Amino acid sequence: MTLIDAVGTPAGPAGTTPVVSVRGVRKAFGRGEGAVFALDRVSLDVAPGEFVALLGASGCGKSTLLSLIAGLDRPTAGEVAVAGDGAALMPQEGGLFPWLTAGRNVELALRLRGVSRSDRRTEAERLLSLVRLDGAYDKRPHELSGGMRQRVALARALAQKRPVLLMDEPFSALDAITRDALHGELIRIWEETGVAIVFVTHNVREAVRLGQRVVLLSSRPGRVIREWQVDIAQPRRIEAPDVSALAGEITERLSTEIRRHATAEAAAEQKGSIDVRQ
Amino acid sequence: MSVSDPVKHDARSVDDGQLEAGLDALALETGSERPLWRRWLQAALPPLVVLVGLYVLWNLAIVVLDPPVNKFPGPMDVGHAIADQWADGAVVDSFRGSLQRGAVGFALSVLVGTAIGVVVAQVKFLRAGFGPLLSGLQVLPSVAWVPVAIIWFGLTEKAMLAVILLGAVPSIANGLLSGVDQVPPLLLRVGHVLGARGFRAVWHVVLPAALPGYIAGLKQGWAFSWRSLMAAELIVKSNDIRRGLGGYLDDARTLGDMPWVFSGVFFILLVGIVIELAFFTPLERRVLKRRGLLLERG
Repeated sequence: MTLIDAVGTPAGPAGTTPVVSVRGVRKAFGRGEGAVFALDRVSLDVAPGEFVALLGASGCGKSTLLSLIAGLDRPTAGEVAVAGDGAALMPQEGGLFPWLTAGRNVELALRLRGVSRSDRRTEAERLLSLVRLDGAYDKRPHELSGGMRQRVALARALAQKRPVLLMDEPFSALDAITRDALHGELIRIWEETGVAIVFVTHNVREAVRLGQRVVLLSSRPGRVIREWQVDIAQPRRIEAPDVSALAGEITERLSTEIRRHATAEAAAEQKGSIDVRQ
Repeated sequence: MSVSDPVKHDARSVDDGQLEAGLDALALETGSERPLWRRWLQAALPPLVVLVGLYVLWNLAIVVLDPPVNKFPGPMDVGHAIADQWADGAVVDSFRGSLQRGAVGFALSVLVGTAIGVVVAQVKFLRAGFGPLLSGLQVLPSVAWVPVAIIWFGLTEKAMLAVILLGAVPSIANGLLSGVDQVPPLLLRVGHVLGARGFRAVWHVVLPAALPGYIAGLKQGWAFSWRSLMAAELIVKSNDIRRGLGGYLDDARTLGDMPWVFSGVFFILLVGIVIELAFFTPLERRVLKRRGLLLERG
């Protein structure tokens, strides 16, 4: 059943063909009365080379939306279109194959893309060098730190050479200093490669630090509440006053949303039934 | 760096690189390895102490209880029996017979068990249907197959091979299946996104990820092979087939020579321990260590 609801104006710059186009997407888990809507009428466009930070509290369906764009799952209703052969994905835990060295992990992505055997080694070394891991080719994932593993995962995702890269809270398990360093690296790599990035996070400052555009999702069901265009020049610093000011404003909006959600759920519970579509 | 330091923006990229290099260096710093002889000593000492303790207890029991030699021989009696049998040379033939059968039977079991495992793991219906049967078969003592095999094949080599296969194949197939079941879903998702579908997903993601479970299955499969073979050799005896260690043990029982019986038990145990220590343990350690799944005992 394909059911396209009233589609809101998809966000994104006009005039360019988007690399990701999400139109009126709903995603329900379960069926009938017990169905829970993770996403409800979400529309989102990502322009080529754009950096979009997708922000929301836990349970807002951020990861669900990413799975839909990555083609790992299908929407209940609406349409998802991705340019080229689809999107590259870098999951939260990196997802490196523990039986392969860092270099071989990258090479496997190249191999599955159809890169010839003779070119793989050089290309894998170039990508590892891009994430500043020149000496790590023969290291196994467990021998690397969390930050280094995530950089290998980034190199592997870039090896897919897709027009858009999806990142699912990739730095959330790292310590603050490492995360700060990787923010700088990611912006540098984004500028060098020109890849479009959809970066999912629950950290408001991280979203403002990285994104050209911050898209705020509501929780259960996930909907786009608001967007902010971030006009602060890169490199930004996470503790800079203009970053903090915008982060404060977004946090305020997010808190309102969470409070509204809490009262709505409490009211529904009093009625004796929870209508998640409220 | 103090807070009042003005940070130039164009210098930050270089700064980040150096900061990262520093963080990487910190993360990669590892403790010095203990010397080889100490690790050997640490691994070998506890079993050695236990063995000596058991030996002392055994001697003590003989001295205190003074049981008849043909019921419960002392360490010296068994030692003499082992030495006599070894010098006689016939036991070497029995070793060869059993090991050859064991090796051929195990190799065949690996082929058959792996093929069954791969096919059953990939087809949902077969997985649901055969899964419980395969785990159930593991509980079945393989001696139970001996009468079946004798009726099918008579007192022949084929009968013994059949018993080994019936004992070991379910273990190996089951090990592979549980290995496949335990593949983290995250890795399957990553493989899918990287473009590994169908056969390429099986080859590049599922099988390597299932390797530790598969090796555990092989190990158990060998144990089952060896047990089934000894059971078969105890029972399947004829002049047409080579005597193995099981036959050696049964000959000793027929003669009622208890030290000889004990020497047979010792030889059978020896093969089990040596193959485990020389082959399966290093293989398992290697695979787990490469994946960072092995904790070094400190």
